[in-house]
Amino acid sequence: MAIDADTVRKAARLSRIRVEEAALAPLAQELSGIIAWIEQLNEVDTDGVEPMTSCVAVKLPMREDVVTDGNKRDAILANAPRTDRGFFVVPKVVE
Amino acid sequence: MADLTSLTLKAALDGLNSKSFSAEELARAYVSAIETANPHLNAYVLETPDKAIAMARASDARRARGEAGPLEGASLGIKDLFCTDGVQSTAGSNILKGFKPPYESTVTANLWRDGAVMLGKLNMDEFAMGSSNETSAFGPVSNPWKASGSNQALTPGGSSGGSAAAVAADLCLAATASDTGGSIRQPAAFTGTVGIKPTYGRCSRYGIIAFASSLDQAGPIGKTVEDAALMLSSMAGHDPKDSTSLDVETPDFSAFVGRSVKGLRIGVPDEYRLDGMPAEIAALWDQGVEWLKAAGCEIKRVSLPHTKYALPAYYIIAPAEASSNLSRYDGMRYGLRVEGGTLQDTYERTRAEGFGAEVKRRVLIGAYVLSAGYYDAYYLKAQRVRRRIAEDFDTAFAEVDALLTPTAPSAAFALGDRVSDPVAMYLNDVFTVTTNLAGLPGLSLPAGLDARGLPLGLQLIGRALDEGTLFSLAGVMEQAAAFRAKPQKWW
Repeated sequence: MAIDADTVRKAARLSRIRVEEAALAPLAQELSGIIAWIEQLNEVDTDGVEPMTSCVAVKLPMREDVVTDGNKRDAILANAPRTDRGFFVVPKVVE
Repeated sequence: MADLTSLTLKAALDGLNSKSFSAEELARAYVSAIETANPHLNAYVLETPDKAIAMARASDARRARGEAGPLEGASLGIKDLFCTDGVQSTAGSNILKGFKPPYESTVTANLWRDGAVMLGKLNMDEFAMGSSNETSAFGPVSNPWKASGSNQALTPGGSSGGSAAAVAADLCLAATASDTGGSIRQPAAFTGTVGIKPTYGRCSRYGIIAFASSLDQAGPIGKTVEDAALMLSSMAGHDPKDSTSLDVETPDFSAFVGRSVKGLRIGVPDEYRLDGMPAEIAALWDQGVEWLKAAGCEIKRVSLPHTKYALPAYYIIAPAEASSNLSRYDGMRYGLRVEGGTLQDTYERTRAEGFGAEVKRRVLIGAYVLSAGYYDAYYLKAQRVRRRIAEDFDTAFAEVDALLTPTAPSAAFALGDRVSDPVAMYLNDVFTVTTNLAGLPGLSLPAGLDARGLPLGLQLIGRALDEGTLFSLAGVMEQAAAFRAKPQKWW
């Protein structure tokens, strides 16, 4: 299926990536080319085939629900773009 | 001591054990080689000479106390995808420039536990998305190899282009790498080095910056089969911090190198003989078959009927997982932030500026194939095809013990050659991506040179957790190929 500029705008919005209006159409063409190539998958008969989500056939391991780490506030904040008195500083979220 | 950098990992460990030289002398030789070469090759995005000397001195001290580990004093390069405590780790992306993780990846921690020394961080395609190292925010790596009589810069392959180039140019004894669709094996093939992607779950993914979690797997690139085996034995092992890490013993893989392969059954898959495959690659493949026959292997034709659907399935699954994994780069807790008018605007500007074109392309594809209305048609379909591909291997491995294929459909190509055509670039991984989807181990070794004097690789694919057989087969083929060519030093 061909991807149009509106579809790219929606995917960009979902991806939280700013795409300039002028870039939407060329990007749509590029992605349509890739999707058209991907659509050869429709040739494969997959009736009754379970989707494969992982190649590890083991059950996810469980562990005790206890604290194993912590007390490293400064290390956690060390890479933050903005901090203030031991907190992350982020743009206003609630008006 | 100028020739210390030309040693294999095994020879360097022997030299350190016999006290022919110290870990510090070895590290200094590499630091100076990197200083000279890196402005030309761009293999390292971060050189850590002070750390290397300090680690080497500590290693010499451990050895003096009689506490030498299996890789004691070995100077290694680390792909920039691996988080290293207090040392910038960027995954080749602007969005992580300046990021210094406050923790160490399990794979690198295992290497330091065994005595290894870090020379620096190696260049790579951004977030490991690429097959030519050209998507790196630090610029492409140049392949140390050039075609005979040509001065054109060639790609070292990708995404582990820095790792492969550094090993080929003697800028480290061996390197860590990672492979989501062929990112260890294709660069190894393009640079005349040995690379192995082990079974999914052999190496912990903890602290490895995530691309596509169900496919990502760490592995080594080395100068010889034995070197790759020594590296993997150290890198692998169960880790409770990665829930998909396999709770199995890690064998001494180097013990498999040199074992007889007599009586092993080797499959040659029909579907890997592509239309338009260069005659030299087809001939080299036939040569590989002859080497294994001569070593007493039984050769069988096998069929992997869904091979051609592996890449299209991969280009749904990998971008889908990437779009989810990369959602963490929001400019709030670490990495780049570009302030906007609102929170939403800040997210969108941060990610628009922080990600390169290929990463954006894949995140958009991922968001599209996962979005309402398309999820079943694309994502679930791809996961069903993935099972078909895995079943193909199950069927083949009922009859054979390993498979032999080419590693890549061409030798190294010129930088700039394929950047404008994403699908042409994706086709680099046509022979390697199948094992990522099925979780199987794949090893690439140099098998010969093409008419232009560029290295070509052959790939061995094994059963899950049967890397040992691959190392035995690769050892035999390495002997037969007697590949000794090195790139002409132009840097």
